Amino acid sequence: MKRFIGFIKKEFYHIFRDRRSLFILFGMPIAQIMLFGFAITNEINNVDIAVLDHSKDATTKEIINKISASKYFSINQFIDRESDIETIFKKGKVKAVLNFEEGFSKKLIKDHKATIQIITDATDPNTANTISNYVNAILQQYQKGLNNDITIAYQIVPQTRMVYNPELKSVYMFVPGVMTIILMLVSAMMTSISITREKELGTMEILLVSPIKPIQVIVGKVFPYIFLSIVNAIVIVVLSIFIFKMPVQGSLFLLGLESVLFIITSLALGILISTISATQQTAMMISLMGLMLPVILLSGFIFPISSMPLPLQIISNIIPAKWFIIIIKGIMLKGVGLQYLWKETLILVGMTIFFIGLSVKKYKIRLE
Amino acid sequence: MNNNNVIEAQDLTKMFGDFTAVNAISFEVKKGEIFGFLGANGAGKTTAMKMLIGISKPTAGKAKVAGFDVYKQAEDIKKNIGYMSQKFALYDDLTVKENITFFGGIYGLSRKRIKEKSKLLIKELGLEEVENQLVGSLPLGWKQKLSFSVSLLHDPKIVFLDEPTGGVDPITRRQFWEMIYKAASEGTTVFVTTHYMDEAEYCDRVSIMVNGKIEALDTPKNLKQQFNVANMNDVFLKLARG
Amino acid sequence: MSITVNHISKSYKNVKALEDISFEVKEGELFGLIGPDGAGKTTLFRILTTLLIANEGTATVAGFDVVTDYKKIRNSVGYMPGRFSLYQDLTVEENLNFFATIFGTTIEENYELIKEIYVQIEPFKDRRAGKLSGGMKQKLALCCALIHKPKVLFLDEPTTGVDPVSRKEFWEMLKRLQKKGITILVSTPYMDEAALCDRIALIQDGKILQIDTPQAIVKHYPKQIYNVRANNTYQLLNSLNAYRHNHSVFPFGEFVHYTDSRADFNPKDLVDYLESKNLSNIEIEKTEPTIEDTFMELAK
Repeated sequence: MKRFIGFIKKEFYHIFRDRRSLFILFGMPIAQIMLFGFAITNEINNVDIAVLDHSKDATTKEIINKISASKYFSINQFIDRESDIETIFKKGKVKAVLNFEEGFSKKLIKDHKATIQIITDATDPNTANTISNYVNAILQQYQKGLNNDITIAYQIVPQTRMVYNPELKSVYMFVPGVMTIILMLVSAMMTSISITREKELGTMEILLVSPIKPIQVIVGKVFPYIFLSIVNAIVIVVLSIFIFKMPVQGSLFLLGLESVLFIITSLALGILISTISATQQTAMMISLMGLMLPVILLSGFIFPISSMPLPLQIISNIIPAKWFIIIIKGIMLKGVGLQYLWKETLILVGMTIFFIGLSVKKYKIRLE
Repeated sequence: MNNNNVIEAQDLTKMFGDFTAVNAISFEVKKGEIFGFLGANGAGKTTAMKMLIGISKPTAGKAKVAGFDVYKQAEDIKKNIGYMSQKFALYDDLTVKENITFFGGIYGLSRKRIKEKSKLLIKELGLEEVENQLVGSLPLGWKQKLSFSVSLLHDPKIVFLDEPTGGVDPITRRQFWEMIYKAASEGTTVFVTTHYMDEAEYCDRVSIMVNGKIEALDTPKNLKQQFNVANMNDVFLKLARG
Repeated sequence: MSITVNHISKSYKNVKALEDISFEVKEGELFGLIGPDGAGKTTLFRILTTLLIANEGTATVAGFDVVTDYKKIRNSVGYMPGRFSLYQDLTVEENLNFFATIFGTTIEENYELIKEIYVQIEPFKDRRAGKLSGGMKQKLALCCALIHKPKVLFLDEPTTGVDPVSRKEFWEMLKRLQKKGITILVSTPYMDEAALCDRIALIQDGKILQIDTPQAIVKHYPKQIYNVRANNTYQLLNSLNAYRHNHSVFPFGEFVHYTDSRADFNPKDLVDYLESKNLSNIEIEKTEPTIEDTFMELAK
């Protein structure tokens, strides 16, 4: 045990004396979460839109008021003819036009169904998409209000994608992804680098020719990073709660446990990488190419898995990050507990056991 | 400048902050001479050599290398010297021929000249069989001989060798020294920096640096007589221990 | 026997690193493995320190088999690899402390053994190892290898890249350690260090050329060596190489070492020959063979 503690002490010396790794450890999480939170955002503010109101009745006025009251839109112009729509887009003054059909109020009451057309300038597809989502959300809210007093429901177009993010804040979508990336990066890349560094420096030779057991070396290497990753996870959650006012619906305790599980998965991957790479550079390349890219591209963090081609959907299943993102989205946004997430959790546990087993088997007690 | 001297240094000094790495050294090296520049690690050898090859500006003093001033004509110096070190020599992932062609290009040789030189060099070193093999696959001794030849590609006036023969087997090492003698007999000046004292025994004259100063400068024979010892190693030990 | 090596062979892919190596090192002996880079010294060290497994042959260290009893060997040997292998970002004291802990001991417990060496680096104990000079690093590495009082000490090229003063001090330290009963196996590419060992093995291209005491090795040199010198070394070499009676011609410092193939060699003939080649200031005198001469004779 004394050996083990001595080893861990040494690891902390390494970490705290290397500015670069310290920066990766603590600078990156904060920088990333801020970047995703503030800069890379799908949010819109005060987008100019125009209205073509064929009815000009009470309901349309109410809806228009609601839309212009929101901070997302400002109604810039009222037009009278369909032909004006194209002109106005060409001038580039507005990003969207709301077209209310004739007799809107009447139709809604009589047929329980009325149509509003949302025409968006799709030269910027992302913004266009966001605008239509926002308008839809406002309409839905309005419809909900109407339905409260009426027995027969008016037609609601269900917007399931938005339902767990009613305020439409994109930062809520990014937090789970960023947290996954950072835990993966810190755990897998840093451990693999720190183990290969010993190989590169030749100190691994001395460690091997000493009574310290391989398992003690591995656990000693991994332990500081478990601790640091937990600190990181806490920093991310605290930042998202206090800076981005992100609600955590589910149990913080469960969130913590699942994070520790994912950290261990990543550490096991890190050890595995270190057993197959001889230099720090290789370890870094494998970590970045082999882990970071799939996490960013295939985990559902940025691109929804459901819209990927089938082969990629299948591949995404072997990426631990995918399951972790499902789990933390579930806990943070939906507020569900283990009864809904046991399957994903089991998959992660299985993967972890597999990676640990593989790396223990691959870990060499000799040089070749 | 004396026509016979290819290196002349006078009170050459280099300071790093308060630390004097090279402390007013003065010496001359004659044309075709094999000059040993000795000293322990940290004695200032490398710093002094960097000033001579024009990659570090002296703090004070004068020096001329191949007739060019180290302050103003560093670029001309670089064109007229060759350099070989044990640490950096050739590209392991290029073949023998590719290495020669590459370095010939760097030294500004014409394509025709490179072809001629390359043929000649490969023949002289007996590398015909392996000319298209990667340099990394060659034995260390071959690499060093090739590396030395490459540093002479552009017929430099002076070639600087940084610990050239450490770790090579004794026979290859002798072959290497034969090459050095040959280059010197053809008029190339050879400037060897080393801390291996047995390499020093092969030089025409040696200087020994201790703590930034040249503490001894003479032929190995005279130095051994002066200190009344059997070999250069003991000369060095006597000097370094004061 | 402290170390026994029986017919060890080792290949990497298609390169033979070691071929049928056998030797023994007695308890308390200072045994030198002398050979150039690439001779197989490091491979042999790694086999003996249980880091590699030989393709053929067996070996024991301190009575334990290097394959089956590797754990026991790892407890009882000290190993200093070829490159400086300590933590550069830890201080001198932290490094020493760390190695003491992983060997389950403390600096205090074995201070007696390392004291003489450690006092020399103690003034710098708060300096990071990466900032030490070559000689200091080497002393620290030796302290770390000794901290658990090993029975056998493996030193792989400890003096490579170290200046003559530190080299001399290092060998003096080894002699003192030897007196304390530690068996030492040391490798070096420097032939002049061979004389400092009790016994040496000359090794090249994975094969042992000869094993004996340094004195016996030079004594068995088969020829009389002459120091030859003239006004122009390069011309002298060419002339000697062209001389049809030569047995060996090697530049050797300020001289050329020459041996003749004839039993009744008369130096006067050689002087005449060299003069006919327009050389002047010719000196020829008998000299004693060195380890290096023997090495070249054997490797020729």
